[in-house]
Amino acid sequence: MSSSSQHIVVIEAGRIESAYWKDLWRYRELFFFLAWRDVLVRYKQTFIGVLWSVIKPLLTMMVFVFVFGKLAKLPSDGVPYPVLVLSGMLPWLFFASAFSEAGNSLVGNANIISKVYFPRLIVPLSSVIVSLVDFLISGVLLVILMIWFNVLPDSRVLFLPFFIVLLILAAVGAGLWVAALNVKYRDFAYVVPFVIQFGLYVSPVAFNSNIVPEKWRLLYALNPMVGIIDGFRWSITGTNTPLYWQGVVVSVVVVILLIFSGVQYFRATERSFADVI
Amino acid sequence: MTAIISIENLHKKYILKHNVNKRYGSLRDELTNTAKQLANKFKSPINSSHQQAQEEEFWALNGVNLEIQQGERLGIIGRNGAGKSTLLKVISRIIEPTKGRVTLRGRVSSLLEVGTGFHPELSGRENVYLNGAILGMSKAEISQKFDEIVEFAEVEKFLDTPVKHYSSGMYVRLAFAVASSLEPEILIIDEVLAVGDAQFQKKCLGKLDDVGKSGRTVIFVSHSMPMITSLCDKAVLLDSGRIVKSGLVSDVVMEYYSSGQSSPASNDFSTSFVGDTAVRLLKGEVKNSKAEVALEVQIQEAITIEMTFEVTTNQQLKLVPNFYFYTANGECAFVSVSDSQLNFSKDKYMAICHIPSNILNEGVYFVGLALSSFDSGVNVHFFEKNSLSFNVVDSIETSSTRSGWAGAMPGVLRPKLNWETHKV
Repeated sequence: MSSSSQHIVVIEAGRIESAYWKDLWRYRELFFFLAWRDVLVRYKQTFIGVLWSVIKPLLTMMVFVFVFGKLAKLPSDGVPYPVLVLSGMLPWLFFASAFSEAGNSLVGNANIISKVYFPRLIVPLSSVIVSLVDFLISGVLLVILMIWFNVLPDSRVLFLPFFIVLLILAAVGAGLWVAALNVKYRDFAYVVPFVIQFGLYVSPVAFNSNIVPEKWRLLYALNPMVGIIDGFRWSITGTNTPLYWQGVVVSVVVVILLIFSGVQYFRATERSFADVI
Repeated sequence: MTAIISIENLHKKYILKHNVNKRYGSLRDELTNTAKQLANKFKSPINSSHQQAQEEEFWALNGVNLEIQQGERLGIIGRNGAGKSTLLKVISRIIEPTKGRVTLRGRVSSLLEVGTGFHPELSGRENVYLNGAILGMSKAEISQKFDEIVEFAEVEKFLDTPVKHYSSGMYVRLAFAVASSLEPEILIIDEVLAVGDAQFQKKCLGKLDDVGKSGRTVIFVSHSMPMITSLCDKAVLLDSGRIVKSGLVSDVVMEYYSSGQSSPASNDFSTSFVGDTAVRLLKGEVKNSKAEVALEVQIQEAITIEMTFEVTTNQQLKLVPNFYFYTANGECAFVSVSDSQLNFSKDKYMAICHIPSNILNEGVYFVGLALSSFDSGVNVHFFEKNSLSFNVVDSIETSSTRSGWAGAMPGVLRPKLNWETHKV
């Protein structure tokens, strides 16, 4: 109530909100509350809710180990195949769930968006938190599995936070694009499951990416999940496969492009969300 | 003093797409349309505008100019589609104007809906925090007001029950309690009070009244004229996206009524079939002492309410016309029942009620027309609430009951009574 005269807001067509990022910061509590709501609702139905974030990667891993490791006999370069698969599965599952949560977040919160003002970026950003919680819970599974197979990470594990940040940025960048597009074109609600289903097989989730022929690897890394999963796997499993750095650089560039263009597009369309949603 | 809200030449345009009845498009439509347009341009480069014929511009706001001072309580009225909600949404920064500018010199909270963001799976307690955050309160602020909110909503016992198990009354009470604990400098409210039971509505009105009195600026949209008149001191009337009248709330409310097709001082029901199998309401009218239909009557003038109705059955009925009088606050001022014991047969009739001069206080009154019979139990043939309205005015010059006091006189009635004061 104190600074009444200082707080002036001008509403005009096409006005670039100079205080946008400041506003976003001012609404940080709403960000936490929305994330908290999503987490609460997700795990409200008691224990099985938490259990799902373990069962899903576990079962998928078992199938993949059987198909790719036992039937196709793909190489694993010294890492037990279950650890190889799960260390690719976790970042992939996070990407898949964060991408689809963020993509549907605006439409899912349409009732709030059409009734209250706040920086709209909060909605897709906060929806990623649930996936992050899932990611951490299923991370426990990976730790148990690594202890079981006696796989211990070395100093390379210091790179892990970098790859996790990259992973979050990739999911948010892609999510922002789809969230904004989904408001206007509901087609994108169908694009997301397709990308997720398709991406599982074109990303090195169930196999080591060094089985891709050398000349295709840079091209392959245009899929940002390639660099991220490779890096993730490289930094925690003591694999003796060297990291293909050129590919990681390509993936980083793609992620940066994705997040910048995503924020840009989101902010450009944000103003008309309430009109069309 | 600079206005706390200045609105300059505000426009909002919507494109209405005919034949397309969904607001969001599909990518396919967009692509095929673009292709079609390209093809048309190719075929006839000069005349390619007929594609646009499907689209129609609609100006929801069409040049609104308005200054609102701090502490003002402004009502916005107008028919459906006049642009009231669009205006509120632009001021609340939910939608962007097409042209023009709004300057807000204070923090705004808007209450366009009760319980925005309530989640059915979450408990009452959790929803208080969530809803508070959505409305712009900080966690500390909500915690501080938590007890007050719960007490106001009267849901202590159910705080940890998911709100999906709440009765709709409890749900609305909780939602309103959160909203009413907001303390912004500018409060924007859209039609949210049309909920809850009468007692709770009254409580809310009281709370809102406090909000207004504490020097906060309130903008209020409602279809309920009694609510507008009781809560606001000023009002604007919107029509087709423009302000057609602004000023004191009673004047604007009267303008709203008189601009309608049927003036509320005279209301023709002959085409709207109010009634039942036995009787039909045809017409209601308010007349002044000169027997003219009048919206505005002087306080020292007698008022006549007339109701024309038709008995359509061959049966003999003992009908009792009765009129309900409501103040602008929605309170019932009084009910008057005819004492005639006539037998009515198939024909048209007029019931006339005379209100003596110098009895009603100044203000807007709403008349409910009812016809009942008590032949076989109570039978209400029709009861048209708010059928008619009139405004009792008291010009200071001709005042007979003020004795020089120029301010507003409280009360529903202001009867001219016999007084005696003498030395003892």
